[in-house]
Amino acid sequence: MSEHDHHHHDHDHSELSETELRVRALESILTEKGYVEAAALDAIVQAYETKIGPHNGARVVAKAWTDPAFKKALLEDASKAVGTLGHVSRVGDHLVAIENTPGRHNMVVCTLCSCYPWEMLGLPPVWYKASPYRSRAVKDPRGVLADFGVSLPKETEIRVWDSTAETRFLVLPMRPAGTEGWSEEQLADLVTRDSMIGTGFPKTPGAPS
Amino acid sequence: MNGVHDMGGMDGFGKVEPEPNEPMFHQEWESRVLAMVRAMGAAGAFNIDASRFYRETLPPQVYLSSSYYKKWLLGLEALLLDKGFISKDDVAAGHSVAPAKSLKHGKFSIADVERIMVRGKFGRAAPAPAKFKAGDRVRAKNIHPATHTRLPRYVRGHVGVVERDHGCHVFPDTAANDAGEHPQWLYTVVFDGRELWGPDSDPTIKVSIDAFEPYLEAI
Repeated sequence: MSEHDHHHHDHDHSELSETELRVRALESILTEKGYVEAAALDAIVQAYETKIGPHNGARVVAKAWTDPAFKKALLEDASKAVGTLGHVSRVGDHLVAIENTPGRHNMVVCTLCSCYPWEMLGLPPVWYKASPYRSRAVKDPRGVLADFGVSLPKETEIRVWDSTAETRFLVLPMRPAGTEGWSEEQLADLVTRDSMIGTGFPKTPGAPS
Repeated sequence: MNGVHDMGGMDGFGKVEPEPNEPMFHQEWESRVLAMVRAMGAAGAFNIDASRFYRETLPPQVYLSSSYYKKWLLGLEALLLDKGFISKDDVAAGHSVAPAKSLKHGKFSIADVERIMVRGKFGRAAPAPAKFKAGDRVRAKNIHPATHTRLPRYVRGHVGVVERDHGCHVFPDTAANDAGEHPQWLYTVVFDGRELWGPDSDPTIKVSIDAFEPYLEAI
């Protein structure tokens, strides 16, 4: 066993599951063959844990709420528009921002696997990758929203975007009422991950978080 | 392939259960699997389409009963075995006992981490003009490829409207099988809920997919 393995895995666990053993074995094989540097695997995990997350998407949404020119650019070409914000995580091609309006609510799913805008929202939550959401979102989106405690007026159009290619979708939720004059930073705190997937709304100003 | 991974419209899986304050990884090994998949893909052992295809080809009962990262682990092992990057002897020993195979992009090192934090580029030069434009009515073909495809079953045979043109992209159906990128035009195609789910369906629903041109026919 390498130094690396000692460092990372030998905590207090005296017994390892079959899966853990299998993962360790594969990691040993790949590093021993010289395919990957063990330290590079650590660095990947660390990068996911620290660099990406819904805070990136929240800043984009807050900017769109306060800057009409940015909002227009975002809806036209989200990759390009987000690329102009130096402080936000770098973004790949084919990011598409879709705007919620009083008449239309957008919701994103990947029925075939788990496609998700990682650079904007981080790694997807388990429910997004699991069978109940993937199976029902396209057929019964109102039922799925009810599972999240979300209900929409019955006449609101629900548009479900199934991420079947390398396009990635970011929902631009509606700006909450009562936030006139708020700064981008204040607004970003209201933007939830689920509001950018379309399974939730931004937080309401003044409500307990 | 018509696998269980193609879940759109299936019933019986129950409620969606969001987990409050969900951790990024529930177990440490999940993070190692994610890192290995990303590193080996970036080193050139496989592309994203092949990695999806190997998860789809897990036996249905395994696919449905395995956690997300367990599927990634099983798919990764199967892929690396098939492509000769690891051997059964290696797996049985839990260590490398067979010779290594050369990787297209060489060893994945710490200097490569930054670049994989941005998604790869899938847009390609157009080999031919687009057949469709926004506003065109199209039918998703009634096709059932035995290998990887990104045309979900629930739209096949149904009529929708082209809404956006995303340009030409790598075609997953061929890329997954090492049969080349064969770039194809990609369109967002919108279907009315009643077209997909019948006249009793909620009339306020619209569903779109991103469809490669070979998935569509003019009507």
